[in-house]
Amino acid sequence: MANILENVGRRTLNDLDYVGSLNIQLWATLRAMKTALPIVGNRYRWQATLRQMLEIGYDALPMVSLMAICTGFILALQGASELRRFGALHYVIDLVAVGFTRELGPLLTAIAVSGRSGSAFAAEIGTMKVTEELDSLRVMALEPIEFVLAPKFLAALISIPCLTIMSNFFGIVAGGLFMFFSTRLAPLLYFRYVLESIALRDVITGLIKSVAFATIIAHVGCLEGFRVHGGPDSVGRSTTGAVVKSTFLVIVADAVFTAIFYFTVRP
Amino acid sequence: MPIISIRDLVVEYDERRVLDGLNLDIEPGETMVLLGGSGSGKSTLLRQMIGLERPTSGSVIVKGVDISRCSSAELKKIRHSIGVAFQSAALFNSLSVENNVALPLREHTKLAPSIIDLMVWMKLAVVGLADFGKLLPQELSGGMKKRGAVARALALDPEILVLDEPSAGLDPIVAAELDELILLLKEAFQMTVIVVTHEMPSAFRIADRIAMLYKGKFISVGTKDEIKASQNPRVRQFLDRIPDDMAKATAIADHFEKYLQTQETHQ
Repeated sequence: MANILENVGRRTLNDLDYVGSLNIQLWATLRAMKTALPIVGNRYRWQATLRQMLEIGYDALPMVSLMAICTGFILALQGASELRRFGALHYVIDLVAVGFTRELGPLLTAIAVSGRSGSAFAAEIGTMKVTEELDSLRVMALEPIEFVLAPKFLAALISIPCLTIMSNFFGIVAGGLFMFFSTRLAPLLYFRYVLESIALRDVITGLIKSVAFATIIAHVGCLEGFRVHGGPDSVGRSTTGAVVKSTFLVIVADAVFTAIFYFTVRP
Repeated sequence: MPIISIRDLVVEYDERRVLDGLNLDIEPGETMVLLGGSGSGKSTLLRQMIGLERPTSGSVIVKGVDISRCSSAELKKIRHSIGVAFQSAALFNSLSVENNVALPLREHTKLAPSIIDLMVWMKLAVVGLADFGKLLPQELSGGMKKRGAVARALALDPEILVLDEPSAGLDPIVAAELDELILLLKEAFQMTVIVVTHEMPSAFRIADRIAMLYKGKFISVGTKDEIKASQNPRVRQFLDRIPDDMAKATAIADHFEKYLQTQETHQ
């Protein structure tokens, strides 16, 4: 019995420690962010940020758009099979448009990016730790938070919302394809219906979510990397941890944000 | 006045005492070799001396500043005068050798790019890597990587050069070349050189003074000849390559006895 209590206590403390570390890291990074900005910051940090933006955003574009097209299609098919019974097939348009801008676009993008880039962050930083590169940065009077993390965070903050917009677009296009093939609805007309059904509010709440997801992915990925100690096996574990934890936290944050938007932002 | 002085340095990890009340003065311009077997605490001492970790108690004073207590801004300033080459070389894998050496110059000085190029070339020429600047670290051999790390440590013309196990993992010829390089650097730049190693021939070739570490304490500090003449049994053991009596016959017998007793009680 005491053993169970002990375990629960230890786990709780560990989790609290993790959340605390995340917050400390977030705060330290925010303070170091200025150096990663263009013009006012350090030129080399901004170059690193641009490189990261290409890696997180541009390189993920084919995968994210394909995922969005598939999911848009699935959503339309599943929605249509039910809605058809009520003769309300045109509600598929609302379903896809609102579903993507508010929910699926940000979430799908975040999950794809956490798998692609969150794990890459953890692996990169973890390897740097194992090979003493982080130590050698520190002895050269360069802070790893500023040198490694700040560019990644800034790049994630910019490229994940951009990817989300692309994902929204492709998801809605897939819905349009479905409507065209099932009811011969003209694409232009489809887009007009889409614009009627979504409000700017939907897009903005989706983008707010995606900014939060970007923060989670960048920080969990990097924290897992910084927490590596020991040998290469630890890098593997941290990479897995980065994906599992960031996906989990993304979904929790999604639930929280959705609840907040549901109760506060009334049409 | 000593350039580095260590006073009553104690380091504990999880109540295990790794360094136990160390005192050491290193004079400007001397080559101090920290000698010790695995687990003697020499790497921990090195990390303390370059300010990567803070001690449990005691102090490390570098150029008059207590780096175990000073602010991070002061520590950064001190770090400009310390160059460190790590055991695993720790060159940044994504940068060419040239850029590795140029990194501290770009980050901490306002020199024009052409001057930086020239300085990088000079540093690489000193360590004999002038023709290999364009290569990536993974394209270099082990000895070349170490020399690259030395070139990077020299980038900001430090007063103190710290080398962690420079000859570990190198064949005797390359290791001897590195020893000659250290002697050359000392003669050319009048630097204070601190070398952590367990290689006796290398230590006796380069050292002005040797400090011998055993289980977190200095058992002998002195010139080469003093160490050679030392009658301390641990020093003799190290010099004469005598193994510890790990497998004492009585210990094994005791263990076996205990095992048999537990077996009997189970029955």
